[in-house]
Amino acid sequence: MFKGNFIDNLPKIYGTYTGGFFIFIILMAIAEQAGMTAKTIGILFVAFTVCIYAIIGYLSRTVQVDAYYVAGRQVPTVFNGMATAADWMSGASFVAMAGGIYFGGYTYMAFLVGWTGGYVLVSSLLAPYLRKFGCYTVPDFIGTRYGGNFARFCAVVVLTLASFTYVTAQINATGTIASRALSIPFELGVWVGLVSILLCSMLGGMRAVTWTQVAQYIVLIVAYLIPVFWISNKAGFGFFPHFMLGEEVSRLGALESQFGLVKNAAADIKAAGVPGGLKSIAVSHSGVPEGGMAAWKFISLALCMMVGTASLPHILMRYFTTPSVKAARKSVAWSLFFIALLYTSAPMLATLSKISLIDPNLPTGIIGKPIAEIMQIEWVNAWINVKQAFIADFNGDGILQLNEWFMRGDVVVLATPEVAGLPYVISGLVAAGGMAAAMSTADGLILAIANALSHDIYYKIIDPKADVRKRLLVARALLIVIGAAGAYIASMRITSILGAVAWAFDFAMSGLFFPLILGVWWKRATRQGAIAGMIAGLASGTAYLIYVYPKFMGNAPWLGIDHLRFGIIGASVCLVVMVVVSLMTEEPDKATQQMVDEVRVPSGKTILGKQH
Amino acid sequence: MSNKEKHWEKTKGLMIITLIIWFVFGYLIFMFGSDLNTSSFMGYPLAYYMCAQGSIIAFVVLIFWFANRQEKIDEEFGFTEKEDD
Repeated sequence: MFKGNFIDNLPKIYGTYTGGFFIFIILMAIAEQAGMTAKTIGILFVAFTVCIYAIIGYLSRTVQVDAYYVAGRQVPTVFNGMATAADWMSGASFVAMAGGIYFGGYTYMAFLVGWTGGYVLVSSLLAPYLRKFGCYTVPDFIGTRYGGNFARFCAVVVLTLASFTYVTAQINATGTIASRALSIPFELGVWVGLVSILLCSMLGGMRAVTWTQVAQYIVLIVAYLIPVFWISNKAGFGFFPHFMLGEEVSRLGALESQFGLVKNAAADIKAAGVPGGLKSIAVSHSGVPEGGMAAWKFISLALCMMVGTASLPHILMRYFTTPSVKAARKSVAWSLFFIALLYTSAPMLATLSKISLIDPNLPTGIIGKPIAEIMQIEWVNAWINVKQAFIADFNGDGILQLNEWFMRGDVVVLATPEVAGLPYVISGLVAAGGMAAAMSTADGLILAIANALSHDIYYKIIDPKADVRKRLLVARALLIVIGAAGAYIASMRITSILGAVAWAFDFAMSGLFFPLILGVWWKRATRQGAIAGMIAGLASGTAYLIYVYPKFMGNAPWLGIDHLRFGIIGASVCLVVMVVVSLMTEEPDKATQQMVDEVRVPSGKTILGKQH
Repeated sequence: MSNKEKHWEKTKGLMIITLIIWFVFGYLIFMFGSDLNTSSFMGYPLAYYMCAQGSIIAFVVLIFWFANRQEKIDEEFGFTEKEDD
């Protein structure tokens, strides 16, 4: 069926795959009409897609070092863009982002700006130069540019800390989705999730992860966009929601002032017995909070997420896989394009969900109606039963007020299709999409950690004479160990105390951002400066986190820099220390300076060889 | 100044322009969020629109533009990669 080599056939292969996926969705829709239960449909969706990823993972197995670490550096621009988008968009982006906007409105949307703007830094400051360098991992760059095993080791520490914070949340998400879709206990779901993740990456490393991530991107974007467009059309809000929901956003503002945005007292919430994690709408959807502090909080959060993006190794390493420097640059643009397809849809989904629920003129609206009547609705009952939604009649008038309706943020993505009366097949599709999003990010993260430990610690520091077979064996063993450690922590259900996904960004920016960019943009940066910067940045950032986080010391944040923004402290300290120490120490030798010059031009050979 | 230095000067210039545009869409406009929201675009309050779509689209366009400009600079100084590199 496919002549010629694999790379030339990629559009055909993934075109066929996408077509096959649509046929599968249609088959499931027919099966639903024929009486298949929602549960069976959910199981089939998750099982079918995971099997496909596993097959791709198996077919991409390899015994070559450069294929294992950088997918043989032959991933075309657009496909690398898709893979990066899947790598980037986590289970949290998929399931929780629309919910975050639903409850947080404009204030939460600082995350949207932050999680996209970072790619401008990646393309203009880092990706093309790291590609020219030819490294296998991010610490590989630090270790070679600054020289010495200790600099390499510090970079591995920062990488591991940042990525591991992130990966437990992803394994947690795969566990939640697997347990819900397959009706198994959460603890078992976590291990099922882990096995699925490892099936994609173990045999082929970066090569296998790349081709499964492309497949996962297709599933997750289809699963996100179909409901958004379908709901918008079905409820008559317009056939292209992105351009046509202006009226609804304004209407939400009017409804908010009609109902009043009431922030419930913590004591009331406790007395009514609202389950943990459930919230009511208390913040304006599109209104901008007044004052300089509010504006600073918005831009400081965006800043942390942007700089963090440009320091996260599992994202940077995706650009090591392109065939050229030119392709690396273009590939960043395509990545952000594919990410934007989902990110610009999330606010639309939040708007659709909110207006469907709170507009009393719509048949789906529940606010302002008698509670006894609402309790008859099937989906309300179903979600209240699993403690994902709650009604607390605070004023005892028997009518549901805006501040009396509680739900979990995830419900926005998971339940809106049901609220709008879409068939169950869509709920199955959404489960498969969430699974794809969580798995692809977990794969990228576990691989980033395992590669750094196997290449930078084992091969470069411990045993530089190891042969290829041994190196890849160690790499795979570490993959299992890291994954198992992540799954073990996730299964203990302590992720809530491990803190937010945002921490990963703050850790990464504290320790890695300036050593990376100054390595390219400032020839004078020295080994001592980089080491001191990494240590001081990470230490001060972590110390500030402990100082400010409510569950640790809980002191008042300084200038509004709370635990989501501690990277500002870490990165600033890192910059100052790195510059001061670099200037105090002797400038780098001729060879290093020439190396930096060489990195700055796209043509010519990479600094590190094809196999190293 | 050598060819390489000239190339790097131009590359730096492009980087600075890119980051200025990035700063405008990522930060500057959001410092005036409440003023922006008094006007609207396609029916959306403007500040809401900018973080829901406007800035994100601006970033995508900016990176494509940057990549093309940088390719032109590389070409001008003869640093374009050969196919077999």
